[in-house]
Amino acid sequence: MAAAILVVGSIAFWAAAGANRGWTKTSVPRKIVDQVTGIEGVTYEKQFVPGVDFLGAAFLGAGILTGASFLFRTRPR
Amino acid sequence: MKTRLITLVLLALAGAVFAAPQTFDFKDPKGINNAGFKLDAPLESINGSASGVSGTVTFDSENPGATTGKIVVATASLMVPNSMQRGHMLSDKWLDAAKFPEISFESKEFKNVKTDGDNTTADVTGTFTLKGISKELTVPVKLTYMKDKLGDRVPGQKGDLLVIRANFSIKRGDFNINPGQFEDKVSDTIELTLSIAGASPK
Repeated sequence: MAAAILVVGSIAFWAAAGANRGWTKTSVPRKIVDQVTGIEGVTYEKQFVPGVDFLGAAFLGAGILTGASFLFRTRPR
Repeated sequence: MKTRLITLVLLALAGAVFAAPQTFDFKDPKGINNAGFKLDAPLESINGSASGVSGTVTFDSENPGATTGKIVVATASLMVPNSMQRGHMLSDKWLDAAKFPEISFESKEFKNVKTDGDNTTADVTGTFTLKGISKELTVPVKLTYMKDKLGDRVPGQKGDLLVIRANFSIKRGDFNINPGQFEDKVSDTIELTLSIAGASPK
């Protein structure tokens, strides 16, 4: 049950955050343009954007929880 | 009185004919100057930039081919969107930012200089230093001289601007950055872009 919640919850979070198919980002680049010279600069804003590694970790966690549930389940009397 | 006047006129003419080269400082008070880098990788390319740009360039608008200078990028200012990836990049296993705090390019010679108005293109040969290793590189650059435009960029200051743009690539293996290793994960080729503006206050 916990494993299913973890999988569904992490997929929902990943999708809501933009379904990033790359690596997880902890900051996001924003372009800034100097109006006088026309040169483009970059600033970084702190923002967590989960990527496929985040999903992988969630699936791994769910797998461990599922395995643990078989090991520690209460046996019917 | 007449002699003094003639002397002043002659001095003014000499000044106009032999316009002195100007020194432009590339430490940007607006923090827009940046060096970008890109490496191909299987899942997505690694894109980043560095904002810690400094250095000086001596430029003569009458003779752009005589330009000399050195641009320095602080290694610790290199940024990528993933903090763990950035930590690896700056660690002793990759760039070793603590031991090699600067990446630099010092020009030696300008070739194929073409000037059209305020724009000059050229192939600049110079010494590129990364991770303590110096190699001679030839880099295509574009210089744009912007006379009396410093005040538009930095209110209250008078002077000129010089914009430098360059795109070139290097091999990380040439600079002892894990040569021949992890090339299936991070490409050997690093594409670099430079977009910087320098100021010469009057």
